Amino acid sequence: MSAPDRPGLHATRLSPVVLGAAVLALLTMALVSVLVGAADLSPGPVLAELADGLPGVTIDSGLDARASAILWQLRLPRIVLGAIVGASLSVAGAAYQGVFRNPLADPYLLGAAAGAGLAATLVITLDPSVLPTAVTVPLAAFVGSLAGVALAVLVGRTAGGGGTAGLVLAGVAIASFLTAIQTFVQQRNADTLAEVYTWILGRLTTAGWSEVVQVLVPAAGSIAVIWLHRRTLDVLSVGEDEAATLGVDARGARIAVVVAASLATAAAVAVSGLIGFVGIVVPHVIRLTVGASYRIVLPLSVVVGAAFMIGADLLARTIVSPAELPIGVVTAFIGAPFFAILLRRNRQGVTM
Amino acid sequence: MTAPSTPRVLAATAVLALTLAGCASDDGADDTASPTSAATTTATTSSDASPATPTTSPTPSPATTDDDQSGDAFPVTVTDTSGAEVMLDAAPTAIVSLSPTATESLFAIGAGDQVTAVDQYSYYPEEAPVTDLDAFTPNVEAIADYDPDLVIAQDAGLVDQLAELDIPLLVQSAPATFDDAYAQIDQLGVVTGQVDGAEDVVAGMRSDIDKLVADVPDASGQTYFHELDSTLYTATGDTFVGEVYGLFGLENVADAVEDPAGGYPQLSPEYVVDANPDWIFLADASFGESAETVAQRPGWDTIDAVADGRVVPLPEDIPSRWGPRVVDFVQVVADALGGAG
Repeated sequence: MSAPDRPGLHATRLSPVVLGAAVLALLTMALVSVLVGAADLSPGPVLAELADGLPGVTIDSGLDARASAILWQLRLPRIVLGAIVGASLSVAGAAYQGVFRNPLADPYLLGAAAGAGLAATLVITLDPSVLPTAVTVPLAAFVGSLAGVALAVLVGRTAGGGGTAGLVLAGVAIASFLTAIQTFVQQRNADTLAEVYTWILGRLTTAGWSEVVQVLVPAAGSIAVIWLHRRTLDVLSVGEDEAATLGVDARGARIAVVVAASLATAAAVAVSGLIGFVGIVVPHVIRLTVGASYRIVLPLSVVVGAAFMIGADLLARTIVSPAELPIGVVTAFIGAPFFAILLRRNRQGVTM
Repeated sequence: MTAPSTPRVLAATAVLALTLAGCASDDGADDTASPTSAATTTATTSSDASPATPTTSPTPSPATTDDDQSGDAFPVTVTDTSGAEVMLDAAPTAIVSLSPTATESLFAIGAGDQVTAVDQYSYYPEEAPVTDLDAFTPNVEAIADYDPDLVIAQDAGLVDQLAELDIPLLVQSAPATFDDAYAQIDQLGVVTGQVDGAEDVVAGMRSDIDKLVADVPDASGQTYFHELDSTLYTATGDTFVGEVYGLFGLENVADAVEDPAGGYPQLSPEYVVDANPDWIFLADASFGESAETVAQRPGWDTIDAVADGRVVPLPEDIPSRWGPRVVDFVQVVADALGGAG
């Protein structure tokens, strides 16, 4: 199937039908997720309990206190958290791909994952008894993620060259360096291997709604900033020099978008560990199926990223229920083949 | 300048490769030892050591030692838990133990004098010659430095390298049952020439455990969750840990897991809350978890164990070892169950 058959690929406006379909898919995924879980809650009472939670509605769902706690304090916040994390990583991935004009760019390109991994590992291994890791790990991961990116930017700058290639290479170097330290620390503290490993593969664990609140503000703020730069990202995709001739401040826009995307990534990593593949696959799927303009890619990344993450987590917590799979395993295992099929059907390749 | 440095790089790579090869079969999940509070643990536990842990007898007289270690017993051949046959021509006098459990057993059965070096987590009993040897990423050169005539480890990762050096390796990995654990202690007795000491230790353990269990009302029908870490890794009833709780009739909430990941699955928080265990045992108490932190988890306050104060912090290390101090573990569980009854 070649490009001319699909005129939509060159569209710059997001059709309300496509957006509506995506939102419907997201809502369906969320509904299925809320009804299915390791705890065997019957669908009827769950729906009644949810309706009871709506303002102005009072229904006796018949759920006991424990079932109600499972629904409101464990299952629902986890679904909402998954949605925010999925949206953040997808938008951050899309933004990185645009800024660096590199289809392989993902939210972890500039050392965000390695920085967060090192910081989380240090906290898990060195500081077991002062504060529970549930408190310290998210904070450490958030700071570590931003520190990793800052280090890469710093090295990339001093390495000279204003272009993005130097920055990307610096990111690779920083990531390798930080990962080496992380691996060393992990090996020296083999007693916490399982915990570190769990964190690295990603897991949507919640302590009620507190993580949702923590992640919501940075995620929403960052996505808004990236959305404001949607036209600049479209122009940048043609090339930085071309953008300059069109009067776009490529440098300023690049900094704003990288900062926003890194913040969104750090917020996501802090609450869910390192969930791979979402940031790379979701934006590309949208480009391949709907259109490459950032006016399409960004809003759909929010919706599709959220739906994809909720779906992946649904599988992660049900396939081996009542045990759990690391969600990173699911995102890659399901996402990669799907992505490969899509690429095969679009022989013209990836358009940025 | 590049040419002269190449051999050095190659040498370094070779050493690295050796090290990596040695850690290929690390597990990590079966030992939750933490080096930070080693001294405190050792001090407190040794002061109230249970009767089953005989204090290491003073150095035996030379005559006794000769009597123990010569005679018809050696050479001996045993089959270790990796299935390998291990043959010893004479009683070892320079044992390197990379297994904290084996270290505890060796000292308990009276073979402590035959131990030259133990790994960094083998800090019990106090007399154990702790070194910085790392059982998880063992370095065969560092081990060989102690010139051992027997190495004891929890996995067979080192087997080929030690074979090159003609150093016998005895593998004793985590057992599934009490009988397996007792068999390991007896086996240590055989390979060290301390058969009688080992039999005494095992007999003591058996009678102490029987007594502890008999003194507590049967807990059949009650359920428990054994927490390995705050990400809800647990041990099922089919593991050695599960055997301990099984003594009292307790049922493991993780036993419903269809694919229990070798006995150590990671559970969904939703599942644990829904399963509503009567007891929660915290093997991660030394990592900052407590009845208070558990009660703060979302939804966990609805669990009977939390609401009724049946969250039991476990002492460090003991639940992850299967030597003579298993009695201490049984004691903690018995105390908790007895206190509630």
